[in-house]
Amino acid sequence: MTIRELVTLLDARVLCGEDKLDQDVNNAFSSDLMSDVLAFVTDKTVLITGLTNIHVMRTAEMLDIHCIVYARGKIPSDELLEEADELDIVVLATAHNCYTTCGLMYEAGIRSKNVRTGA
Amino acid sequence: MESTILKNTYEINAGEFQTAGDVSANIKRKLKQIGIGGTVLRRIAVASYEAELNLIIHSHGGKLTLEMTPSSIILTSADVGPGIPDLSKAMQEGYSTASEEARDLGFGAGMGLPNMKRNADGFSIESEVGKGTTIQMRFDVKDA
Ligand SMILES: Nc1ncnc2c1ncn2[C@@H]1O[C@H](COP(=O)(O)OP(=O)(O)OP(=O)(O)O)[C@@H](O)[C@H]1O
Ligand SMILES: [Mg+2]
Repeated sequence: MTIRELVTLLDARVLCGEDKLDQDVNNAFSSDLMSDVLAFVTDKTVLITGLTNIHVMRTAEMLDIHCIVYARGKIPSDELLEEADELDIVVLATAHNCYTTCGLMYEAGIRSKNVRTGA
Repeated sequence: MESTILKNTYEINAGEFQTAGDVSANIKRKLKQIGIGGTVLRRIAVASYEAELNLIIHSHGGKLTLEMTPSSIILTSADVGPGIPDLSKAMQEGYSTASEEARDLGFGAGMGLPNMKRNADGFSIESEVGKGTTIQMRFDVKDA
């Protein structure tokens, strides 16, 4: 599925990256804890989160996260969106909570491919 | 000993949450420019970011050094204290003494040190209470 189809699936608003919606979505991860995002994400991923501080963008930049979905109606600041724009990261917002957002994506066939290697 | 092609040192100040990640973003861009990419670039970026965050959250301040040889990238984090009393505990997933402030920002799960070790091809840590902590990480790269 593409990010454009994800927008429809989640009844989401595009906050940033309107011109980048044709990218594929084939991996996802959800957490509000950036420590866990850093420890578990191993591949190009959509991140579903509710955390709106600027560190989310930094974390996304390190991991090549190309799309962030803000769940439960959270809207990040303009500062964060400017940063996302600079980093070519698509930002979506949905009124669904994290659980429902993940459920809808799972039902649509998207799986988490972030496999942890041994410590 | 292999010759060093490139060496950059970055100062990291304690408590500077607002600019956390700037140094690692810089390192990532620099490495990308010289042709490093894919999985190894991501591993370096993540390890660098974890080290940078630890310097900001836990240390009294320190330095992150990036070195490159023909076959590897070496990242060194060296700080001026407070040191880690029990290294084996600190290396366990879930062990954290992070402040409330760090936790509010989405950190402090006790994942950083093990994550650095997992991402690096070589990892060593030394620490002395009252003196400081030094972490060295090696990442093997094919001819860049
Ligand atoms: N440079 C440092 N100086 C002093 N103590 C440190 C340093 N780095 C880590 N520690 C100690 O080791 C613990 C574990 O570090 P680690 O990076 O694994 O987790 P964390 O930073 O607490 O949380 P996370 O990395 O998940 O955000 C820290 O909570 C802290 O007590
Ligand atoms: Mg840490």
